[in-house]
Amino acid sequence: MTTFNLNGRTVSVHSPDDAPLLWVIRDELGLTGTKFGCGIGFCGACTVHVEGRATRSCITPVSAVAGAKVTTIEGLDPAGKHPLQTAWLELQVPQCGYCQSGQIMQAATLLKDYPHPTDRDINAVMAGSVCRCMTYVRIRKAIKLAAARMREE
Amino acid sequence: MVSLSAHGLRSSVEPSRRGFLITMMGAGVMLGYARSSLAAEPARSAGELFEPTIWYGIDPSGMVTINIIRAEMGQHVGTSLGRIVAEELEADWNKVKIVTVDSDSKWGTMITGGSWSVWQSFPVLSRAGAAGRIALVEEGAKLLGVAPQMCTAGEGMVKAGGRSISYGDIVARGDLRRTFTPEQLTSIPIKAPDKRRLIGRDTLALDVPSKVDGKARYGIDAVVAGMVYARLKVPPTRYESKVISIDDSAAKQVPGYLKSLALDDPSGAVPGWVMVFAESFIAANRAADLVKVVWSSGKASTVSERDIQNRAADLIADHNGGSLLVDDPGVDAALASAKHKIERTYTTSTVMHFALEPVNALAFEKDGVFEIHTGNQWQTLILPVLAQALGRSQDKIVLRSYLIGGGFGRRLDGDYAVPAALAAKAIGRPVKMICTRPDDVRFDCPRSPSTQVLRMAWEDGGRVTAMDHHAAAGWPTAVMAPFFMLKGVNGVPYDIFSISGADHWYTVGAQRVRALRNDLAERTFRPGYLRSVGAGWINWALESFMDEAALAAGVDPVEFRLRMLDGAGRNTGSSPSAVGGARRQAAVLARVAQKAAWGKPMPKDVGLGIATTFGQERAMPTWLACAARVRVDRSNGHVAVEKLTIVVDAGTIIHPDSAEAQVEGALLWGLGMALHEGSEFVNGQAKDTNMDTYRLLRMADVPAIEIEFLPSTEAPVGLGEPATTGVAPAIGNAIFNACGARVRHLPIRPETVLEALARRA
Repeated sequence: MTTFNLNGRTVSVHSPDDAPLLWVIRDELGLTGTKFGCGIGFCGACTVHVEGRATRSCITPVSAVAGAKVTTIEGLDPAGKHPLQTAWLELQVPQCGYCQSGQIMQAATLLKDYPHPTDRDINAVMAGSVCRCMTYVRIRKAIKLAAARMREE
Repeated sequence: MVSLSAHGLRSSVEPSRRGFLITMMGAGVMLGYARSSLAAEPARSAGELFEPTIWYGIDPSGMVTINIIRAEMGQHVGTSLGRIVAEELEADWNKVKIVTVDSDSKWGTMITGGSWSVWQSFPVLSRAGAAGRIALVEEGAKLLGVAPQMCTAGEGMVKAGGRSISYGDIVARGDLRRTFTPEQLTSIPIKAPDKRRLIGRDTLALDVPSKVDGKARYGIDAVVAGMVYARLKVPPTRYESKVISIDDSAAKQVPGYLKSLALDDPSGAVPGWVMVFAESFIAANRAADLVKVVWSSGKASTVSERDIQNRAADLIADHNGGSLLVDDPGVDAALASAKHKIERTYTTSTVMHFALEPVNALAFEKDGVFEIHTGNQWQTLILPVLAQALGRSQDKIVLRSYLIGGGFGRRLDGDYAVPAALAAKAIGRPVKMICTRPDDVRFDCPRSPSTQVLRMAWEDGGRVTAMDHHAAAGWPTAVMAPFFMLKGVNGVPYDIFSISGADHWYTVGAQRVRALRNDLAERTFRPGYLRSVGAGWINWALESFMDEAALAAGVDPVEFRLRMLDGAGRNTGSSPSAVGGARRQAAVLARVAQKAAWGKPMPKDVGLGIATTFGQERAMPTWLACAARVRVDRSNGHVAVEKLTIVVDAGTIIHPDSAEAQVEGALLWGLGMALHEGSEFVNGQAKDTNMDTYRLLRMADVPAIEIEFLPSTEAPVGLGEPATTGVAPAIGNAIFNACGARVRHLPIRPETVLEALARRA
């Protein structure tokens, strides 16, 4: 049994220690906003925060987050109104939407590290997040929009 | 950018009435897509609902529920179709919700492909909306005690003088019995373009909000009580594999492992497939790795990409086979006698779909009906296969609709529903099958590798007198939907989706177009529809060739094309979808040349390349022209695409923001397939099964992009795929203009460029 904090609530799970965190979150805990794409950490669809750092949950054994704070897209903002989420809506970023939870979670840590993100910062930090619909143009715009708003606040 | 405050989404204070309605709409969207519980939707008493057609209903509160038969997979199709209905119905957009429906024969053909949704639906849904408006006005007039001619409709109300009555009240109080015959429906006039108030204007697409907070529900998220998880063991060949033995002794150590079964498939969709069952996906996934299956493999077990391409070349070399789409007299004579002519060969590699949501399905029997919960693009095609597989009639099977995490044509082939259904039947429990990424890729129906030979003859001065185009590939339609095949002028069937583009709008004198079915490709894998299908490889060849021919003829490549886009003869164009014909293609070409500053000197090793296409089929031309500016590093063959410019004439644009999004996505798909994407078959299997070796486009690869739609009030045509088609040849032509290296194979990897540079030297 592994105990950790998920979106502000303590959870104990029975999946084996080496079970990928992704499937524990999706199947045992029933939060399906975090997605399965490649299973090898190459697409970013499964990105969650572990202690505030973007982490690929498909290659993270659940035992590795024992006692840690884990945040998924459902817990990023209690009202779903993180500046990134608002910017994502205004610019209508999602197409199929499947990768977008991971994109937003990755972008949230980007903005913590780089409050004034340049194109190079965005290229580097978002490099591991694949969007097969190719919404990259809008993702970039939305990150910049959210960054500007967060600086104003 | 859409204003969220106008949509009631941004205010955190007291929700406005508008905001409340949007929230309701969101709930409606969720009802349509997501089934967190599998309870049936609440039954509606027929008497309470006004349903002038099957496409929508209005309840006594005035809420309009529009039934969407197309899959939502990123194109925001429900919003576009909903606005087509609401425009003519004069509905209040804030009282519209959309429901993506489950399979039912009453919907007719359910297909989401070919970029056809808006094009096909516009005439039908416009008139369905108009019919409802007519009935509501007639009944509303009675309730207001005035003549119908005195009334107008707007914002969900019928108005006369200073008085009005809402659609909801008319539904509640009126006696709406007006019916329309199909003939009456088709003759209803629709609005003049300048009277539209929804079409052509932006709105927040109804599927977007649930996609930024994790609430959107895809097939992979579907659950039902008592289900078990399953993972496939994919056999060594797509066809003819047989299971000899299954050894699951090692898998038995995995907690939660249940069993493994060879699927018995009367439909032949998944021959030799084995399913591994467990109480969780984690366990099923692990157990599947430990289950050892011995197969006897099919004949394709030794086939390589090179074998498939050699077969294509042999088919083209044989002048007797194939289907002739165009066969003007005099082609051979013109080519034989011409003073100026060229012949070139172009090839493309296998391309995989790699939709981010791996294929999956949840299947179970409930109350005598087999339910398949999965996102699908062509329900009408897979239902008879499921019926055969399960041994029951189609009316006892339903496909429940979900959001699709990327379609791109993969899910036109519903084959992935079959193993889940067979598994559920075999073990008598609900089965949730999830493919891992490698399973998904090995189960994919890829874009076939292709080989093409083109010939052209011209006179002094560059007037073209003959053109000959031969294209060989595996044909998805031949394998998946033979009833969709068309007949060539020589009576031989062909797959239009594997040859579209070769039957182009250029006036070229005597013309021949020959489509060849690569039988070895079709024996090795299931060729699939992949974003723009054949138009992707055909235009690669055609538009590269046009530049090569122009150069040989000593004519500017843009001028060379414009001369042939004269709108003469069969290229005049006709109603309803191709009004204006080749002249419209000439217009987008001229415009992109202007925008991209064609003809202006470029820095060293930088080149501008241009290509133009009509999207996909001639019957639904989406006119476009693309310009690519590239920088080539001669030392290592690296191509940096600096900018893509595209001009599109897609007729009437329903939802501009979605239209632009589709063009952005399709352009970048075109870029990915031009430079990076490509795999190969080795021993009958796709070589690259995950993203560590299959190179997908990423953030840093995205160039500057400029998109322009030419204003038009012509019939709306397709937008999901067309913009993929011009990118690769524009890039190939740009590479030539940058450094003199002519590339004739996709993808254009650095080694391809280096080889071309060496050839030139």
